[in-house]
Amino acid sequence: MPTLRDAIRQRPVALLVALAVLGLLASLAFMTVGARGPWSFVLPFRGMKLAAMALVAYAIAVSTILFQTVTANRILTPSIMGLDTLYVLIQTSLVFLIGSGAAVALSPSTLFLTQVAAMIGFSGLLYMWLFSGRAQSLHLVVLIGLILGVLFRSLSNLMQRIMAPNEFAILQDRLFANFNTIDTDVLAVAALSVLAVSAYGWRKIRTFDVLLLGRDPAIALGVDYKATVSQILIVVAVLVSVSTALVGPTTFFGLLVASLAYRMTGSERHAFLLPVAALIAILLLVGGQLVLERVFAFDTALSIIIEFAGGIAFIFLILRGVSR
Amino acid sequence: MIVARNLTKAYGDALVVRDVSLDIPRGGVTSIIGPNGAGKSTLLSLLSRLLPATAGSVLVDELDVATAPSDVLARRLSILRQDNHIAARLTVRDLVAFGRFPHSRGRPTEDDQRRIDDAIRYLGLEAFSDRFLDEMSGGQRQRAFVAMVLCQDTDYVLMDEPLNNLDMRHAAGMMKLIRRIANEFNKAFVLVLHDINFASIYSDHIVAMREGALIRQGPPAEILQSDVLREIFEIDIPVREIDGQRLGLFYF
Repeated sequence: MPTLRDAIRQRPVALLVALAVLGLLASLAFMTVGARGPWSFVLPFRGMKLAAMALVAYAIAVSTILFQTVTANRILTPSIMGLDTLYVLIQTSLVFLIGSGAAVALSPSTLFLTQVAAMIGFSGLLYMWLFSGRAQSLHLVVLIGLILGVLFRSLSNLMQRIMAPNEFAILQDRLFANFNTIDTDVLAVAALSVLAVSAYGWRKIRTFDVLLLGRDPAIALGVDYKATVSQILIVVAVLVSVSTALVGPTTFFGLLVASLAYRMTGSERHAFLLPVAALIAILLLVGGQLVLERVFAFDTALSIIIEFAGGIAFIFLILRGVSR
Repeated sequence: MIVARNLTKAYGDALVVRDVSLDIPRGGVTSIIGPNGAGKSTLLSLLSRLLPATAGSVLVDELDVATAPSDVLARRLSILRQDNHIAARLTVRDLVAFGRFPHSRGRPTEDDQRRIDDAIRYLGLEAFSDRFLDEMSGGQRQRAFVAMVLCQDTDYVLMDEPLNNLDMRHAAGMMKLIRRIANEFNKAFVLVLHDINFASIYSDHIVAMREGALIRQGPPAEILQSDVLREIFEIDIPVREIDGQRLGLFYF
């Protein structure tokens, strides 16, 4: 009995094309609907937003799926494991320690790159030992991740409270650049970083498939496990930095996108899974922002809607997934 | 030839494998027997680089497993472990195809496809090849994993309890298949077995372990002796010869 999913399994390209067309339509609508004012202003203004959203969507989707591949687990995401709060902590400590004067003197892109480097270092230290052990209890790992997330957030809050109000205002400005205020330089640097890690990932994409089998089978099949996992964690750190720098922490969006991608594709091939996840993410984010701006007239935050849906997906997966 | 010298594995103060030296020639079936916790699985993991040894060395055709590139080793030596849990949702064919990864790096050629089909057929899984692993019985899944390992087509094949979950028919069929492949293609199989009678009938060489140490090795006729079995398992097992095979009656 051929189901829709079987059909997709046999014709993966059709799904990709369908998603791409939908994504394009959403983008087109986002660029044009309700435009008042000269096109010479509307197009660059909205184009910038669109580019940032696409970048963020791609970064979140790809980082989540790769993270889940490395941890051989469908519930963990970089955000649930506290990676994006780590980013906020690093940024806060930077302003706190060297002062906003020095931080402002750094160009936004230098700052961004410094943070990415710090992220890679810290997340490497933190998460390597967590996942290098064998036979880890999933519950323990999730718990540690959640607690680390809270710890990082509390530390950031503490520093933000004791710093001078001026410093705090500057930090705030840097921390949550939302889609309406995007720094062109940061966007360019972010896009380049994403491009660089994607180029690496594309070359290794078939190796990622093998990692799905778990540590021992992957080694048995000749994958240099330790090196590959470290490289993936670096890719994830870069992508999380990009998405957090552009929109701030999003706890459940990645999970929502990844589980939708698994369900829709029924495939475990990254060469197919990653583009599908990225397209779903773009569709959700651009479509969501469109609805938010045109229907709710900016009355609510997109993150609230997305986190609500993502949180429900998380509970659903926990209830269903752990028993498997 | 796999040459292990003075292999030792310690977790803290606990020695799981102590000072094991072992030669496994190309071609033939070697079975490792011993009570639970004797270090059989750990030894297999050490031989196959899944675990780093605390001391000692393993050479596979002169390649040191601690330093040789993993992908080179993967074309000479394959390993099937005991507990195979996979988070991903794969069909039997997807899984078996992974066996060709060391050869084709994920871009299977026509030759690879043929080998995948062969492996599926050898294990009698033709009817299930498009089924998802999580929709199959334990025995069928075990056969799928064995098919993957055979598909890897290495000179040395290490298997930790390949008869896990198999019914009588499939267990005997599996041992016959292993014997046939070992003979026809001059491959070496190293099996951890719990049933000493399968070890007796189908192996060329039996290695007995207890408390991490290799205490006896030799052809089945030497190991399948009541006094030797008592030394290994600490129980009295009468041994009878039936149709020229030595069988241990450990049921009572």
